[in-house]
Amino acid sequence: MDVLYFAWVRERIGLPKERVDTSAATVMDLVRELSAREDRYALAFSDLSALRVAVDQELSDFDAPLGGVREVAFFPPMTGG
Amino acid sequence: MAMAAPEIDIRVQDAAFDPGALLSQFTPHAARAGAGAVISFTGLVRDLPGATGGLSRMVIEHYPGMTEKALHDIAQQASSRWSLGPVLILHRFGALTPEQPIMMVATASAHRADAFLAADFLMDYLKSRAPFWKKEFTADGAAWVAAKDSDEDALSRWR
Repeated sequence: MDVLYFAWVRERIGLPKERVDTSAATVMDLVRELSAREDRYALAFSDLSALRVAVDQELSDFDAPLGGVREVAFFPPMTGG
Repeated sequence: MAMAAPEIDIRVQDAAFDPGALLSQFTPHAARAGAGAVISFTGLVRDLPGATGGLSRMVIEHYPGMTEKALHDIAQQASSRWSLGPVLILHRFGALTPEQPIMMVATASAHRADAFLAADFLMDYLKSRAPFWKKEFTADGAAWVAAKDSDEDALSRWR
């Protein structure tokens, strides 16, 4: 699946988008998998209360299942308007 | 307003826009659709008087694809709650400077209450449910604008 990062999450991880081959069952499993890779991921995901997640471009939760999902995005709370 | 499915116009663009010109197009269009009231809100980039030299620029990042869907969904929710004519939401991304318009919403209805409430609702939802992130640049450096708890609290009054 494609994993996207925005705003300071993108800056901390150092890229806007990557292809991830994963068997993670939920968003939380994916977060654990990414955090285990490198410090920059662990740092970006260190406080989940400061993060939001979208699954296939819909706002979602960290316990959301990932079966059949094509795109997951991580970002801080939004500041539009 | 006894109308067909309301027309929703969503624009996400990096180009600058003229709120007056947009309103001049929206108003007669709303009138032809039977509206007796038009409400518009324009958000502007504020300077940062506390920062050295003020705000040099603001950069808005967004999530192409999700942004358009989220704005359309928010407009759809407003149209199902209130009796509305056309709805317009325009939001810029990219680099902006102080005093420039960032975004605009316009709503229309037969009587003013529906259009006022819908515009207020759109703004509350747009602030914390549409995937935009603001970064402010000053002589001291750059910082992402933090979301406010009050923005999230504002949504509770619509539930």
